Amino acid sequence: MSMQQSSQPGSAPVRSQSLERMIRLRRSATNHLVTGVAIVSTIVVLTPLVAILGYLLLKGASSLNLAFFTRPPMPVGMPGGGMANAIAGSAAVLGLASLLGIPVGIGAGVYLAEYARGTRRGAIVRFTADVLNGVPSIVMGIVAYALLVAPEHHFSGMAGGVALAIMMVPTVARTTEEMLALVPNPVREAAFGLGIPKWRTVLSVSLRTASPGIITGCMLAFARVAGETAPLLFTAFGNQFWSFDLNQPIAALPLQIFVYAVSPYDEWHRLAWAGALVLMVMIMASVTLVRIFADRGVLKGGS
Amino acid sequence: MGVDIRVEGLNAWYGSTHTLKDVSLHIPANHVTALIGPSGCGKSTFVRCLNRMHETNPIARAEGTVRMGDLDIYKDATPVEIRRRVGMVFQRPNPFPTMSIYDNVASGLKLNGFRRKRILDEVVERSLRQAALWDEVKDDLKKKSGASISGGQQQRLCIARALAVDPEVLLMDEPASALDPVSTAKIEDLIFKLKSQYTIVIVTHNMQQAARVAEKTGFFLMGRLVEFDATTKIFTNPSDKRTEDYITGRFG
Repeated sequence: MSMQQSSQPGSAPVRSQSLERMIRLRRSATNHLVTGVAIVSTIVVLTPLVAILGYLLLKGASSLNLAFFTRPPMPVGMPGGGMANAIAGSAAVLGLASLLGIPVGIGAGVYLAEYARGTRRGAIVRFTADVLNGVPSIVMGIVAYALLVAPEHHFSGMAGGVALAIMMVPTVARTTEEMLALVPNPVREAAFGLGIPKWRTVLSVSLRTASPGIITGCMLAFARVAGETAPLLFTAFGNQFWSFDLNQPIAALPLQIFVYAVSPYDEWHRLAWAGALVLMVMIMASVTLVRIFADRGVLKGGS
Repeated sequence: MGVDIRVEGLNAWYGSTHTLKDVSLHIPANHVTALIGPSGCGKSTFVRCLNRMHETNPIARAEGTVRMGDLDIYKDATPVEIRRRVGMVFQRPNPFPTMSIYDNVASGLKLNGFRRKRILDEVVERSLRQAALWDEVKDDLKKKSGASISGGQQQRLCIARALAVDPEVLLMDEPASALDPVSTAKIEDLIFKLKSQYTIVIVTHNMQQAARVAEKTGFFLMGRLVEFDATTKIFTNPSDKRTEDYITGRFG
């Protein structure tokens, strides 16, 4: 009404009340529709996740017992076998992969963001990282096989760690680069202005400011390779017995799950389910732990 | 104590843009020198050449002589050495967001390898007192991040951080332009107090501010230093027509 009253005679005709109402109705309908689509998409994404975890619990939880976590596998038909050696082997191979992959990845990310921004060489490294990220994991296994297994004439945990490390590098490098790019340049200039050398600025200012994002990137890379089976098939190879020697074939959870799942025995199938459950819980637990650890020591009001 | 700065034939470029053209002037020790001029006139580039910050941009280049006391900063020293002697305060407060207030002030010393805690404590307190911030933050020194205090406090924190490395020259690139009038007044008070110990160069868009704090004022236009004289002379009786047009608000 007020619009009609305030309009000057001779100006463009004012929308009628019914048209006004229709427009409002359409706006609110569109709003509800888009909100609905967003909610449905979220559910579609979350359902498989919850379903997988639920199914694993259903199938695997009943086979979990103390022996599972304390003993190596037993021959078929013998009760009391576990996957302790595979859990320990996975931890060793993943530890080695992180030790090798994360520093190299962060180093490459620092190079891309702080030293090679806008240069041709940087663009080449970035492109290489992106290609490496898309290489199938089985190919990584072949590379590690050719580099370490073939010349040494035996499978080894070391080779498995290297294969997984190579897989971690591009993810870590690209997240590090992106997180460093988000650090405002005035913060770097503040450090330069104090007479702090560039290397020190990179370490203590840029990396430190970007650290929450970089840690997330490292955890993503870790979680991704933790479940990899293909690169371990002809590197770490698997082992039915206790072994901590990284120069020898070593057991790993994904390998053990694979072997058990394709076996014809019901008992092994059940153990495979339990192994899958343990693998998933271990990944979630380590990611959560790092998060909690990293969040401590963050100051009030900091980024 | 501050030192004087003698600039002769300074030219600077960003890529192919010639942003500073043949600038020569003498900045006296232990005085406040203000640089005014419209946006893009080269005054920020000029101060960034005084601590060799200009060259951190890969496409930037500078030529000419800048002498601080007896030292030719482009010939006799590395950028890192120069920047330890020339503090800088930027337009937007830029505290290190992941560091506590204490670590922000101590950063210049700590990150250069200085570790003696008792002396660091003293330096932090002295610098925060000099920057008139001590009373407001002394209870939260190690609890709060440098980014959690107000904008005006952050800028005084940045001043304290610059003072902690004991520079001879303090460059301020529009230090109050992002602050409210109360914080601006505090920064100006501070400049007034600090000039007995440091040579201060301040870039400002605010001509009243230049008139209030500076003994000497330089007027830049399109990369050239048009006029450089006592502040009172510049604002009451400028010799150049362009200076007069600018301060009376006829352009820029």
